[in-house]
Amino acid sequence: MKARVHVTLKPGVLDPQGKAIEHALGTLGFTGVEGVRQGKVIELDLAETNPAQARKNLHDMCEKLLANTVIENYAIELDGQSAP
Amino acid sequence: MKAAVIVFPGSNCDRDVTVALRQSMHAGGGGEPTLVWHKEADFPAVDLIVLPGGFSYGDYLRSGAMAAHSPVMTEVARRASRGVPVLGICNGFQILTEAGLLPGALMRNAGLRYVCKDVHIRVESSQTVFTSKYETGQTLRIPIAHHDGNYSADDDGLARLEDGGQIAFRYCDNDGSHSSAANPNGSARNIAGIFNETKTVLGMMPHPERLADAQLGGTDGRPLFDGLIEALS
Repeated sequence: MKARVHVTLKPGVLDPQGKAIEHALGTLGFTGVEGVRQGKVIELDLAETNPAQARKNLHDMCEKLLANTVIENYAIELDGQSAP
Repeated sequence: MKAAVIVFPGSNCDRDVTVALRQSMHAGGGGEPTLVWHKEADFPAVDLIVLPGGFSYGDYLRSGAMAAHSPVMTEVARRASRGVPVLGICNGFQILTEAGLLPGALMRNAGLRYVCKDVHIRVESSQTVFTSKYETGQTLRIPIAHHDGNYSADDDGLARLEDGGQIAFRYCDNDGSHSSAANPNGSARNIAGIFNETKTVLGMMPHPERLADAQLGGTDGRPLFDGLIEALS
C-alpha cells in the first residue's frame, strides 16, 4: 500500500521558514498571502495489505520517528484516503 | 574516572571533546576517555557519558532524530535513569531532546542562518555536577556553531524548567544581562542549555570543548570539564 505522512508544525509554534517564504512571496508581488506554514511530506511503500493494521503501523512510526510530537502534528493518508 | 564519548556517523566534535576531557583527567587524577561507536548496544561502565557535537546522520529528518534511535541510545537512557551524568553538546543536546532525556525541542534558528561565533552565556546555577567550578551568575565567552539551536517548549514546559532550576545557561550580553539582542537564535527565554529534573543530564548548544585551552583563544569552557572530573573521580 502507498502511504503519505504530512508533518506540520503545531499551531502556535513559530515557523521562521514559513515566515521567510511568506516574505519572499510578497517581494515577488503575490499579494494577499496572509500566512505560510512549511511542513514535510513523507511517502512510504508498505508491504502491509490490511488498511487498519497499516494505519496503526504508520501511527507508531510517526510517534517514534517521523514526527517530533513536542512541536509537530502529523496526518496519515493511505491510498489517497486521509485518516480521521 | 572513566568517560565515554559516543560517536555517531557525522559526529565531528568527538575528538575535540576527548582532548578537553583528557586534559582535565590528566590534571585531576588520571583516566582516559573512551570513544564508543553508536552501534554498540553495550559499553563498559563509565562515570560520565558525552554526546558530542556534529551532524549525526546529516541532520536528516530533524537534527538528532536518527541518532536518538541508534542502538547505543537505549543503554545511554538506561544509565541516565540510574543517575550516570550525561553531557550533550550542540548536536548532542539535539539528540537528548529527540530521545526524550531532556524536554522541549531545538528548532531552526530564528534568523534561518547557520550561526558560528563566540557568544556570552550566563551560568544560572553552580549547584550541579557540571557547573560546580563556576559561580552562579558568572558570564562565559563560548563559541556556538549551529543551524538548529532555537530552543522551544510550551509555556508550561518553560515554567517547569524555571521552577525546577533546570535552566543551566542563558545567552546574555557581556555584562550578564539577558537581552533579546544577545539571543543568537531565537531561543525561548534566551536558553542556551538545560538540565533534566535531577540535574544529571545537561544539554547545551555552546561548545565548551572549543575554549578549553589557552592556545584555542580562551579557557572559559575548561572549568566544566575540570568540575566534572573532580566530582566524578
